[in-house]
Amino acid sequence: MSDPVAVPVTAETVAKLARGVRLREDEVRGQTVLLAPERALALDEIAVMIVKALDGVRSLDMIAEEFAAKFEAPKDQILVDVISFVDEFSKRRMLELKS
Amino acid sequence: MNEHVTIRQPVEWEGKPIRVPAPIAMLAELTHRCPLACPYCSNPLELESVKAELSTAEWIDVFQQASAMGVLHLHLSGGEPASRRDLVELTAAAAAAGLYTNLITSGIGLTEKRIAELSDAGLDHLQLSIQGATPALADKVGGYKGGYDRKIAVAEWTHAAGIPLTVNAVCHKQNMDQIGDMLDLAVRLGARRIEIATVQFHGWADKNRAALMPTREQFLKTNAFVEEARKRLEGIIVIDYVGADHHATYPKACMGGWGRTGINITPSGKVLPCHAAETIPSLVFDNVRDRRLAEIWYEGQAFNAYRGDSWMPELCRSCDRKHIDFGGCRCQAMAMAGDAAATDPVCVRSPLRTLLMEQAEADSRAEPPPFVYRGR
Repeated sequence: MSDPVAVPVTAETVAKLARGVRLREDEVRGQTVLLAPERALALDEIAVMIVKALDGVRSLDMIAEEFAAKFEAPKDQILVDVISFVDEFSKRRMLELKS
Repeated sequence: MNEHVTIRQPVEWEGKPIRVPAPIAMLAELTHRCPLACPYCSNPLELESVKAELSTAEWIDVFQQASAMGVLHLHLSGGEPASRRDLVELTAAAAAAGLYTNLITSGIGLTEKRIAELSDAGLDHLQLSIQGATPALADKVGGYKGGYDRKIAVAEWTHAAGIPLTVNAVCHKQNMDQIGDMLDLAVRLGARRIEIATVQFHGWADKNRAALMPTREQFLKTNAFVEEARKRLEGIIVIDYVGADHHATYPKACMGGWGRTGINITPSGKVLPCHAAETIPSLVFDNVRDRRLAEIWYEGQAFNAYRGDSWMPELCRSCDRKHIDFGGCRCQAMAMAGDAAATDPVCVRSPLRTLLMEQAEADSRAEPPPFVYRGR
């Protein structure tokens, strides 16, 4: 049925939120939360931006490129951060990955 | 009213009034009807009848109130929630209210068509219980012949519909040695997550202690197994594990603290701080048919009874761990100490700890007697 192999995360990885994982504006608490089975994670602005950029089309490299241009920051550092974020959320089975 | 509960408002924590947080999760017991008869069922010994159940419109109103007051996760549970003919309609209404909808099911009563309808209705996630890794053991524990095979089919239909799946494996003396096989089964079924939870000894499970209490060796072996499996299966399946608290040193943070995160609605609309709270005779439970949900959460007697720390005995109030476990389980204190405000008997500092350990040890060593099945 499912492929029981963990996929490594690289600059070429294309990711999107897995089904059953979604962002929600939590108006009562004034924050954005990522909802998953038995989990509700309050995300900061940067995390929300990354999650929204994971569109299942662009690679992490392309996303880092865009952020680097937007914030006039070094792309290499951004890419490291984005990969580490995606790796962490992937281990929690919150993302679908293509390499 | 029992003498040891008084409402203290505002609720205090270390002498200062606290603001009560909004609830995050709601467990909606849609019905107590269930084709299975698990001997550790978390429903109360006095099951509510179908005639008393909230109507479709009443449940939908509760979901809308819950979402407006800050609930994020809705767990549609039972009994067996699929026994409600309006399950798809309820799921659609909950999703429309913005809630994250999770169906907690035995699988019995779900068909391929109904699962597809639930998927279209916006069901976010499905939790399927399994009682063992072999049909013989699983069907014996559930008291339902053919249950195991049906569950495998339900898991396949769920996977095919694209709904993310968690396998719930309640473990105890008689199936704990199959945990590895149950985990392998969950991976094979395409589950992203498994909950391995040891039986909690309230209600029906308390009637079956000698049949269910795991031995200390089983407890230690399972702990080690889970630790190893988490590393081995990282990125493949998430393992959430609740160990046997009778063998632990400190109590669990039951419900994440009384009246702090979770709210439970019974089939007839009673609002409880936890599913076993009705075992505490001094508590008064409001009903969604009489009061608004937010009023019940913030002002209800039952919810305020064990918030903060002013209700705690000195042993707990002066303890550093009160920030971690919020005083543990009130229902367990009620059951063993005869006082719901006593220190949780699981705690190594409780005067009842030795007695609890001795009873657990004796029950774990006993030759398992036949099950007392729920509701039979």
